[in-house]
Amino acid sequence: MLPRLVPRLQPSALALYGAPVIALIFTLAFGYVLFASIGRDPLAALHAYFVAPVNSTFGLSELLLTALPLALIGLGLAVGFRANIWNIGAEGQLLLGAIGGGSVALALWGEGVPGTFVLVCLTGALTGMAWAAIPAFLRIRFNANEILTSLMLIYVADQLLGYLVHGPLKNPQGFGFPESRLFSAEAQMPLLWDATRLHVGWLLLPVAAVGIWLFLSHTLAGFRMRVGGDAEPAAAYAGFSRPGMIWLSFLLTGGLAGLVGAMEVAGPVGQLLPTISPGYGFAAIIVAFLGRLTPLGVVLAAHLLALILIGGENVQMLGVPSSVAQLFQGVLLVALLASDVLVRFRVVWSTPARRAA
Amino acid sequence: MEDSLWVAILIAAMRTATPLILAALGELIVEKAGCVNLGVEGMMLVGAVTGFAVGLTTGNFALAFVVAAVAGAVLSVVYAALVLVFQVNQYAAGLSLTILGGGVSAFWGQPWQGQNMTGLQPTVIPGLSDLPVIGTVFSRTDIVTWAALAACVAVALVLTRTRAGLILRAVGENHDSAHALGYSVRWVRTLAIAFGGAMAGMGGAYLSCVMTPLWIEGMTAGRGWIAVALVVFATWKPARVVLGAWLFGAVSVMQIHGQAMGLAVSSHILAMLPYLVTILVLVLISRDATRIRLAAPGSLGKPFKPA
Repeated sequence: MLPRLVPRLQPSALALYGAPVIALIFTLAFGYVLFASIGRDPLAALHAYFVAPVNSTFGLSELLLTALPLALIGLGLAVGFRANIWNIGAEGQLLLGAIGGGSVALALWGEGVPGTFVLVCLTGALTGMAWAAIPAFLRIRFNANEILTSLMLIYVADQLLGYLVHGPLKNPQGFGFPESRLFSAEAQMPLLWDATRLHVGWLLLPVAAVGIWLFLSHTLAGFRMRVGGDAEPAAAYAGFSRPGMIWLSFLLTGGLAGLVGAMEVAGPVGQLLPTISPGYGFAAIIVAFLGRLTPLGVVLAAHLLALILIGGENVQMLGVPSSVAQLFQGVLLVALLASDVLVRFRVVWSTPARRAA
Repeated sequence: MEDSLWVAILIAAMRTATPLILAALGELIVEKAGCVNLGVEGMMLVGAVTGFAVGLTTGNFALAFVVAAVAGAVLSVVYAALVLVFQVNQYAAGLSLTILGGGVSAFWGQPWQGQNMTGLQPTVIPGLSDLPVIGTVFSRTDIVTWAALAACVAVALVLTRTRAGLILRAVGENHDSAHALGYSVRWVRTLAIAFGGAMAGMGGAYLSCVMTPLWIEGMTAGRGWIAVALVVFATWKPARVVLGAWLFGAVSVMQIHGQAMGLAVSSHILAMLPYLVTILVLVLISRDATRIRLAAPGSLGKPFKPA
C-alpha cells in the first residue's frame, strides 16, 4: 500500500481551513518533543510558552500590541501574494517608516505641536511606500526580480538606520550611545488602554482589515488581483494591467509596513534605536500564508504569531533560548505549506498495479 | 607600500568571494535542474553553526566542512520534500527554508553565540610562497579558496561534458520530455537540491571557520540571497559566477579598506555597497528580458506533476 496524490477537481475548502489547524498541532507536537529533548517538563514549558504570557490583562494587551504590526503588514502581503507578487522586503519598508516617522518626531522635538504623532504616522507610511516603490519600479521597468531587490533593500535600510542613529540623529545628550532622543510627548502614540502599552494605532486594525476585505471581494481592482494570481494568462487576455497590480501591491504593503514602523518608534519604542523590529516583516509572511490570504484569517494568524513571539521571551525564564520562537515560526510555515497539499490533492492508498509486459 | 595594499585587497576580495562562489555554484546546479531554492541563506546559517561547533570542539576543519555540508544537505531535503512531494510553490518553500534554517541555527547555536576561535590558517606551499606578489597571494589564502575555484571548473565540466550533466540539464530544460524519456525527474532534482544544500553549508562553514572564525546569529547577513542573485547575474554559467563573486568581494572589501584608502565615508554607508551593487547588476542583467528567458532553464520554477 502506497500513498498516491490524485488531483481534486475543486479545491477543498475543508483542507484550506483545516491546514492551519494541522500545522499548529504539528508545531505544538514538535514543541513537546523539543522541550522534552532538552530536559524540560514539556507540558509546563508549553504552558509557559502559550498560556502564561496571556494569563493577565497586561499580557493580553501585549498580545494585541505585538499582533498589530504583524496583522497590518500581513494584510498588505495577502493582497500581493493573491496576485503572485512577492514583496519579501516588508522589514525594510518598516525600517524606512521608522526612519521617516522618527525624523519628523525629532525635527519637531520640543516644539510642542499638538498631534505630532499623526504627522509621524503619515510620514512613516509615505516613506515606507517610497521604499517599496523601488523594487516595484525595477520590476516593471527593468524586469528585475522583486524578491531579490526588495530583500537586498532590507539590508540597505538596516545600515541606513544604523548610520542615522550613530550619526545625524544621535541624541546630543546621549553619552555617545547609538540612539536618538526620546520623542516628546506629543509625538508619541496616545495610549488606548491605561497601564498598558497598547496605543490608538490599534484602532486602525479593524479599519484596514475591513478595507482590504472590501477591496478584495467588492472592487474590480481586487478582482483583477485575484485573477492575476489564479490565472495569469486569463488576466493578461482580459487586459488586466500587470504593472498596475505590482504598483498597487507594493505601495499598499509598503504604506502599511511604513505605518507600522512609525507606530513602533512613536509607540512602545519611543525613540530611534539600531534595532526596532524583532523581524515583524518576515513573520508577517507566515501570517499571510497562515491566514489563507484572507483579511479575517490574517488578523487571527497575526495573534497566533504574536503569541509565538511573546512566548519565546517568556520561556527564557525556564532557561530556553528565546530563539525558539524563530524555530517555531519555521516549523509552523513548513508544516503549513506541506499540509496545503490536501487543498488541491487527495491521498489515495493503493497497491501499485502490476504492469503487463 | 601601494603594492602591498592592492595585494591585501585582492586577497581579501578572494576570501570574501569564496562563500558566495560555493553557495552560488550549488544554487546553479539546483536551478539547472529546474528548481529555485530561496533557502540558501538558511542552509548557509545551518552550515555556519555546525561548522563552527565542529571546528571549535575538534579543531579538525576538514571534518567541520564535511559536517556543515551534510547539515546543509539535510536541511535542503526539507525543501525537496515540499516541492517534489507536497507540490508547494518553490518560492514559498524556499522562504520557509530560510526562516527554518535561521531558527534552527539560532536555537542550536545558542551555547556558542558570540564565541570565537582560531580559524583555518592559510596553507603554506614551500617554494611557491617565496615568489613576489603571487607568492604573497598563495601564502595568505587558504585551501578552500582554491578548492572553490576548482569546484567551479568541476561543475562546468560535469554540466557540459558528462552524461550526468546532460540528464540534469534535460530535466531542467523540459521536465515533461525528460520524464517521457524515462528519467526520474524527482530523483535528479533531489540529488541536485542536496548538492546545493551541501555547497551552501560549506559556504556557511567558510564564514564561521575561516573568514570570521566566530558564530553570531544571522551572521550570513544576506549572503545566501546574494548567491541566488549571482546565479541570475551569471546567466547560469559557472565561470561567470566566479567573476560575479569577485566583483562582490571587491566591493565588500571597500568596507574594510575604505578608511585605509582615504575614503571619509561612514562604515554604515560602505556596508550598503554590496547590496546596492547586487541590485544594480540584477537590473543591468535583467533589463534584456529575452536574454534572461533564453539563458534560464526552461522548466525553472514550474511545478512538476507526472501524469
